[in-house]
Amino acid sequence: MEAIFFIILSIIIIFSSMMVILKKNPIASVLFLILALFSTAAMYVMLMAPFIAAIQIIVYAGAIMVLFLFVIMLLNLKKINEGGAVTLKILGVIVAGLMMVVTAVVLRSVAIPADSGFLRSSPEGFGTVENVGMTLFTTYLLPFEIASFLLLAAIIGAVVLAKKKL
Amino acid sequence: MNVLEPYMDLILSVVYLVGVLMFLTIFALLAVWLERKVSAHLQDRLGPMMTGGWHGWSQTIADALKLILKEDIIPAVADRKLFRLAPYLVFIGSLAGFAVLPFAHNLIGSDINIGVYYVIAITSLVVIGILMAGWASNNKWALYGAMRAAAQMVSYEIPVALSLLIPVLMAGTMSMQTIVQNQAGGFWNWYVFQSIPFSLVAFVIYFWASLAEVNRTPFDIPEAESELVAGFHVEYSGMRFAVFFLAEYGNMFVVSAIAATVFLGGWHAPFTFLDFIPGPIWFIGKSMGLVLVQLWLRWTLPRLRVDQLMHVCWKIFLPFSFANLLLVGLWVVLKG
Repeated sequence: MEAIFFIILSIIIIFSSMMVILKKNPIASVLFLILALFSTAAMYVMLMAPFIAAIQIIVYAGAIMVLFLFVIMLLNLKKINEGGAVTLKILGVIVAGLMMVVTAVVLRSVAIPADSGFLRSSPEGFGTVENVGMTLFTTYLLPFEIASFLLLAAIIGAVVLAKKKL
Repeated sequence: MNVLEPYMDLILSVVYLVGVLMFLTIFALLAVWLERKVSAHLQDRLGPMMTGGWHGWSQTIADALKLILKEDIIPAVADRKLFRLAPYLVFIGSLAGFAVLPFAHNLIGSDINIGVYYVIAITSLVVIGILMAGWASNNKWALYGAMRAAAQMVSYEIPVALSLLIPVLMAGTMSMQTIVQNQAGGFWNWYVFQSIPFSLVAFVIYFWASLAEVNRTPFDIPEAESELVAGFHVEYSGMRFAVFFLAEYGNMFVVSAIAATVFLGGWHAPFTFLDFIPGPIWFIGKSMGLVLVQLWLRWTLPRLRVDQLMHVCWKIFLPFSFANLLLVGLWVVLKG
């Protein structure tokens, strides 16, 4: 049962991720990106991390993607201009191919040992709100606080930039 | 029976889904009729009186039949695929909220341990559906309406989430059933009357912000008829328009039901000697009461301006929610 869900979700994620870059219409790209992020959230549910799944939907599929749609609609981009020189396309293919070769080599060289914890199933109550909160506010308190300060600075910066007169 | 055993969960889910769908349809038909009646009586009119005999009770059924039979028009310049998809996305976002509503102590779609959070997350689908509808219509009024709706819903999500956190803090869990069970034994145990005045403030903020979430007056500027014709669904006709309508009324019920669950004791009776009346009646009754307040407000208050709307959200609701959250946190810690 789990395998079937995994395969279906993977197909959706791969398909929609490809459509993000293949679609000419930026709105369609964003909508496919939303689909990809939603399916990723479903993956998190299967990995026993419902909290992360909800966060994924709220932050990415909800807030950030709505902002993306907003900006694209405001700029009123209808279609990305086609064309571009043939040499550019050839160059793109070469770079992408090299990238794939590099990734394949790296992935092959990193053999994951069976007891590394990557392949172990997660312990009971692994992704619950309580456990995520506990880890975040004890072990990773400093990074968490630094990240919040960074976001605060970003918010203040955005307000300062947007408002001509404070 | 043994053959069906492994699929029992699936069958039960499908049965529950069909039940919720029927409930939603009946509720929407009733609520539309009620809305017309309430508005009429507030304005000293009678409203629909003819169809079906008693106070025109079957008026909305007749209207729904008319909508189903109407021609489905897609504008020539619209993005056909997105235009068709959008109403269903909005509807799914509304219907998915029903999955975690506890109708009774043993009647809930799924009592997941992030229940409250799930609702906040899944309602963001509605925003995407609305933006899609507005953009795909290729009509400037629809686009304006959709953008207003998105800006408003994304902003008001924050006070909604922050005020929902207060009962979560008091219950120490996000599971809807546990939150309801913690409020057993009389109305003074309901979270709205606990830790006065913080939870009362949270309830009020939640209720007002949820009005904006479901685009109801005084926050209905996304479909302000006087300036935008009808907002994001101006190009929709027939059944697709009806689906938008159904989703809107479904959302009204979902936000009211969440308020009833986390603040008003869910399926618990207000007095323990009234416990013999089954839970779903209390739950639906409380939710319907809040829906009636929504209707009442719609026909009493004027619509806010866009800048006033944003002012209310960011400069009044948000600071109050944050202060509230801190104080309730302190209350919970001191209480032990």
